[in-house]
Amino acid sequence: MIDIKIPIGLMFTVLGIFLTIVGVSTNSDVELYKKSLEININLWSGVIMLVFGILMLVFSKKKIN
Amino acid sequence: METTFNLSWIDYTIMIVYFVFVLGIGWVLKKYMKSANAFLEAGRSLPAWVTGLAFISTNLGALEVMGMTGSGAKYGMLTAHFYWIGAIPAMVFLAIFMMPFYYGSKARSVPEYLKLRYDEKTRGLNAILFAVMTILASGISMYALAILMEKVLGWDFNISLLLSAAIVLGYTYLGGLSSAIYNEVLQFFIIVIGLFPLVVLGLKDVGGWSGLQNQLSTIVPHISGGQYAADTWTTTWKYTGKATSNPMGVEWYGILFGLGFVLSFGYWCTNFLIVQRAMAAESKLAARNTPLIGAIPKMFIPFLIIVPGIIALVLMNIPSKNFALPLNDQNQPIYDYTIIMLLKQYLPTGVLGLGITALLASFMSGMAGNVSAFNTVWTYDIYQSYIRPATNDKEADEKHYLKVGRFATIFGVIASIAAAYLASKFGNIMDFLQTIFSMINAPLFAVIFLGMFWKRSTGHAAFTGLLGGFLIALLHHGLTAPANALNELGQLTTMVKGGWINIVHVYPVEMAQNFWTAIFACSASALITVVLSLLTPKIKSDNELVGLVYQLTPKDKLEGLPWYKKPSMLALIVLLMATILSILFW
Repeated sequence: MIDIKIPIGLMFTVLGIFLTIVGVSTNSDVELYKKSLEININLWSGVIMLVFGILMLVFSKKKIN
Repeated sequence: METTFNLSWIDYTIMIVYFVFVLGIGWVLKKYMKSANAFLEAGRSLPAWVTGLAFISTNLGALEVMGMTGSGAKYGMLTAHFYWIGAIPAMVFLAIFMMPFYYGSKARSVPEYLKLRYDEKTRGLNAILFAVMTILASGISMYALAILMEKVLGWDFNISLLLSAAIVLGYTYLGGLSSAIYNEVLQFFIIVIGLFPLVVLGLKDVGGWSGLQNQLSTIVPHISGGQYAADTWTTTWKYTGKATSNPMGVEWYGILFGLGFVLSFGYWCTNFLIVQRAMAAESKLAARNTPLIGAIPKMFIPFLIIVPGIIALVLMNIPSKNFALPLNDQNQPIYDYTIIMLLKQYLPTGVLGLGITALLASFMSGMAGNVSAFNTVWTYDIYQSYIRPATNDKEADEKHYLKVGRFATIFGVIASIAAAYLASKFGNIMDFLQTIFSMINAPLFAVIFLGMFWKRSTGHAAFTGLLGGFLIALLHHGLTAPANALNELGQLTTMVKGGWINIVHVYPVEMAQNFWTAIFACSASALITVVLSLLTPKIKSDNELVGLVYQLTPKDKLEGLPWYKKPSMLALIVLLMATILSILFW
């Protein structure tokens, strides 16, 4: 059976990249981030998800070799 | 209070990416589904961390998330009792004492264990009740999901219902239990990551944990008219000396025995929906470690879903925050919407899509869990036992039962849709039915427990014990009522919450009534089973009971294992951690 770390890693990498891009491109949008107490929560979440996704992929690779 | 969100294409993109992966997992797993064993039992091949996360994820359905956040606002940290005393001890008990027999007996389901240990009629009774209960549960959560999509996303009720059913059917039909379990793990991570921003932002907004405590110390005495002490919402055991000094209305012994013992052992140790995850593990050791590995993230979930509820209570009482819950027809706040309103309060487009996706994901994996438990019980315990027994041709059988399992999946989803429409027409009746069916767990625990640890207990006794315990539970429910089901004159306003025979006792809150229903049911069932076992002849010989009963089963040899793989060591760590958390939030 496929290693579950692969789909998890892929999904979080894709979503992480997407949210990071959203975060970077809306960074100057003060109105948007008023809700989230002036924190660019998209960028933060995006980066965390990207790191998590890549970690999952790295560990899944190790198992195959 | 407006509940509809304005989602942008960014939010929808996140949602779509998630569902592409959900269906993709099913599609990739499809080629491994060559036998009934692979489809219905995941081939007993999954590593312990996967089954462990799926184990708690099954229970982390959206109704749970929404309900627990609401309870966080209503009762505060007291809600954590459902985790630290309610779940953890039961999960440890399952791992250490019960899993060796569930897994080692080669039973493929909890009803089948009952057949091996007791007899056919005990299995039949349990299998049929379980099948009906899972469909009901799946239908109710489907209904709740469609309502949510209607109210929050502004989608059409029927389309939401059919779309979510189609997605669930898609991945469970393709990949069976493996697909359901893989998606539960995916859902676990998306829930944690999707709701985490809420906790961080919420805490920052109220000034961290100490800020939260400060705010509550003026809010709580004010809203309760001085009934509850300033720190009631941030403590767990401190005010459980008297039922009147905490919002749950239960004393410490009610929590300890009702929740910590009867309700939780009944739920975690006997509910096949949960136990099935551990039974899909690759070895007996992995099966035993499943609940223990699950217990570690489980005990931190209160910080993810209860703490936001407490934050919501504070926000509601600070006018400048402009935060309120939607009201129902009687002008009472709908606490189940707490998490939705918090998402709306704090999350901008982007992470908002992630949060909504997390909720939708948990709804669907809840349904998928029910469907994948239903098709197993249907195929093995009903179809194979009563309609078409196994033949000598094992290979042809596996193919045949795979087909039946697949049909049962389709049937399960269709029946759930029907149940969802019934719930939309007769919501109260469905709630009532669910309450009734939840009463089968407590007697079941007594019967399975006696079966595993007392070789003298017999089939006739177990069957009568199950029925008897269930009837006692019904009787208790029919004779008592929670205070909120009565009007000012003490008359019953609804039959659903109990008191439909006569009102002998009134409980301050529904939860107290549930605890005592379970306590009565479990004790009655145990008593009946013990007495009748002594009066009826022992039919199964000691030889037949090897692997099924504690005293007759040789102990597993676990020497040479590293400490982090030993169930006893893991159990110790889990219990220690739960104790530390309870003391920190005493």
